[in-house]
Amino acid sequence: MVPVTVVFTQESVPLDDQEKLPFTVVHEREIPLKYKLKIKCRFQKAYRRALDHEEEALSLGSIQEAETMFAEPSEQAEGSLTVYVISEHSSLLPQDMMSYIGPKRMAVVRGIMHREAFNIIGHRVIQVAQAMSLTEDVLAAALADHLPEDKWSSDKRRPLKSSLGYEITFSLLNPDPKSHDVHWDIEGAVRRYVQPFLNALRAVGNFSVDSQILYYAVLGVNPRFDPASSSYYLAAHSLPHVINPVESRLGSSAASLYPVLNFLLYVPELAHSPLYIQDKDGAPVATNAFHSPRWGGIMVYNVDPKAYNGSELPVRVKVDMVRVMEVFLAQLRLLFGIAQPQLPPKCLFSGSKSEGIMSWELDRLLWARSVENLATATTTLTSLAQLLGKISNIVIKDDVASEVYRAVAAVQRAAEELASGHLASAFVASQEAVTSSERAFFDPSLLHLLYFPDDQKFAIYIPLFLPMAVPILLSLFKIFLETRKSWKKPEKID
Amino acid sequence: MADTCFLGQGCTTLVGLLLLPFGSLAASQIEDQAEQLFRSGHTNNWAVLVCTSRFWFNYRHVANTLSVYRSVKRLGIPDSHIVLMLADDMACNPRNPKPATVFSHKNMELNVYGDDVEVDYRSYEVTVENFLRVLTGRIPSSTPRSKHLLSDDRSNILIYMTGHGGNGFLKFQDSEEITNIELADAFEQMWQKRRYNELLFIIDTCQGASMYERFYSPNIMALASSQVGEDSLSHQPDPAIGVHLMDRYTFYVLEFLEEINPASQTNMNDLFQVCPKSLCVSTPGHRTDLFQRDPKNVLITDFFGSVRKVEITTETISLQPDSGIMESSYKKDLMDEELMEPLKYAEQLPVAQIIHQKPKLKDWHPPGGFILGLWALIIMVFFKTYGIKHMKFIF
Repeated sequence: MVPVTVVFTQESVPLDDQEKLPFTVVHEREIPLKYKLKIKCRFQKAYRRALDHEEEALSLGSIQEAETMFAEPSEQAEGSLTVYVISEHSSLLPQDMMSYIGPKRMAVVRGIMHREAFNIIGHRVIQVAQAMSLTEDVLAAALADHLPEDKWSSDKRRPLKSSLGYEITFSLLNPDPKSHDVHWDIEGAVRRYVQPFLNALRAVGNFSVDSQILYYAVLGVNPRFDPASSSYYLAAHSLPHVINPVESRLGSSAASLYPVLNFLLYVPELAHSPLYIQDKDGAPVATNAFHSPRWGGIMVYNVDPKAYNGSELPVRVKVDMVRVMEVFLAQLRLLFGIAQPQLPPKCLFSGSKSEGIMSWELDRLLWARSVENLATATTTLTSLAQLLGKISNIVIKDDVASEVYRAVAAVQRAAEELASGHLASAFVASQEAVTSSERAFFDPSLLHLLYFPDDQKFAIYIPLFLPMAVPILLSLFKIFLETRKSWKKPEKID
Repeated sequence: MADTCFLGQGCTTLVGLLLLPFGSLAASQIEDQAEQLFRSGHTNNWAVLVCTSRFWFNYRHVANTLSVYRSVKRLGIPDSHIVLMLADDMACNPRNPKPATVFSHKNMELNVYGDDVEVDYRSYEVTVENFLRVLTGRIPSSTPRSKHLLSDDRSNILIYMTGHGGNGFLKFQDSEEITNIELADAFEQMWQKRRYNELLFIIDTCQGASMYERFYSPNIMALASSQVGEDSLSHQPDPAIGVHLMDRYTFYVLEFLEEINPASQTNMNDLFQVCPKSLCVSTPGHRTDLFQRDPKNVLITDFFGSVRKVEITTETISLQPDSGIMESSYKKDLMDEELMEPLKYAEQLPVAQIIHQKPKLKDWHPPGGFILGLWALIIMVFFKTYGIKHMKFIF
């Protein structure tokens, strides 16, 4: 459920409509997924009149000033939106734009003086709200693993699976230290650019960042020489082979059990400078970088040719961390699945915040992750139950049972919180559900080595018991015969 | 391109001329389609390579596994994604005339042991229980990361097993067996938890086809070196080492894989043709009914190599450079470098103390139950045979 607060300013709708404020409208949509599975998506719109300070702010000249006047975003709960309806002729937005989406869970929509004002405005508000929160593709991507889908969409496969934490490693590869003496201020860059981004994503999991410099690490592919631009290039079809020879030297997976994201900065050797990456059409890529889903990204940093003039090797190279971090943060966004939303027509988009992620993008991520976690937890518990049904001699220990109970309680709690719109607590509950269900499923004591096919049982027990049983059975039979004789005898005497 | 060639062959020139402009349009469409068909939907590759037999005369099983390991590493799968289980140590075996080597070809042409072999489960750690734990993921969390199979739902896994087997079972370490039903159940548990995207199962034992008869989980393709009732034979003995070096099926698979490089487009149908009956004496079999794609669209490198899916990064986000902070921290780095003291090599072992230590006295323990029982038995038998009267000669 998405709680949306719609605030009307004074000239946005006709007066008789304004009399009806405040009230609440619920807009429900069923999103059908495959196999009769449907998700109900509710937008609860609370309509109210604008307060005085909001009126003041909205009558200012430009939208940026209006934004700064508004209340701090920390007051707004995660998952909720506020939409302001301004009058049709207001100059807050440029003339041809009908709506505006801001970086802090706020949006502005033009009002209309019309009899059916509320319906039309309601429709516009829904369009904007959908762009900022849940849509079909977000949910379909989250549930992609649990529904058989057509395999050809790369968007669905790119994001990382939901996990409790992530490890991010930045590596500088210098294959030619004799020519380039490369320095990069990674600590400063991380502190300045990456850490705020990760702080904004704090709700999603624990992040740990480390960095390293590798010398004499070459790419596995030889770049080709392009005489037209007198530069070297890596063709798009050779890019997949670049990662493997390098990966063994990164040493990144030894430290923790969290998924690792590697970001590599490659400074090409003097013999192969400058080096560009070409896309499928043969044009050099502007960012000179590429990424691999669920693994990380690589960027090629070409040394400025002016640095070679007159100085002797090795040339001191100071890496421009801003350019590098722009690309790495964009790749990080893509790897997390924060894609550009589909904007409604004639909508002004504010561009990103300084931290690189907008609050409602984070909400979308949390929604997708919560749904994914719930689906994972339920399938894990179901498969555990099926396993127990099929193999009857597994023993369930008490702690495994308590984990299962916890997982079920957490799933129910997460579903309730999602339905009532509390996104933060729903996400925490869904994470707890996933960890409990995984712990229960992967408990080492559940391994069954107890499969006994019938012919093996016969083969083992018959040679053991048959020789023993033959004399026992024979003597039992003899005893029985003798007692029967002794019963018959007294009758005969009589 | 294939479209135009095909049409040119089969039709008259008039039709060919008419269809040429359409052909070029269709060619690009077909290229796209071909690209899509070849894509398998996996993002990483894992390999689990198991050799189940010990003792020196089973040298060939260790050589089999190591040659598959070598091919898989050469084609790109890193050690962190390979779980290698060898049940015995051939390279350092006291009977190995060439220590630290394991050869796969006669006349010692190819040493598959190399310099960078990383064995994850060795010697007595290769048990049915550990193997099933690796597959299903039910490992105690204290085991090192290299012993886990950390695959996810987008992993293609190659499982290779070799050793001595029979109809429906595979022998581990001469003391236990894994049945085909247990293996099928383990794969089903992997599927339930979505631990693989596609699985390729190769087995090189006698009657190997019986091991894949019972699979019932989707997306599994299986190959075996012999059918039920047939034995898999070994390839060639080496007179210098004294044992058979490789099994036939894996020998020819290795020769086939030596010609594959990470960019090759060879598909699974070629792998099915490896080692026909004339070379292998046994009939290799395969099973593809559980697999969703057509084997001729499955590349060898989908399982044996690790070809990553990459995308070009086309977007960036804009950041404001903050030159003030960066300058000051850069200067701080320079100053730090100058102020650091030269590093010293720390004292680790107190060598002098160790050399002059006296040998420790071991505590004396009374003889254990087995020895006592043995002696009691011997004494009883002696007195039973010769009579109790001999006791007086002792006391």
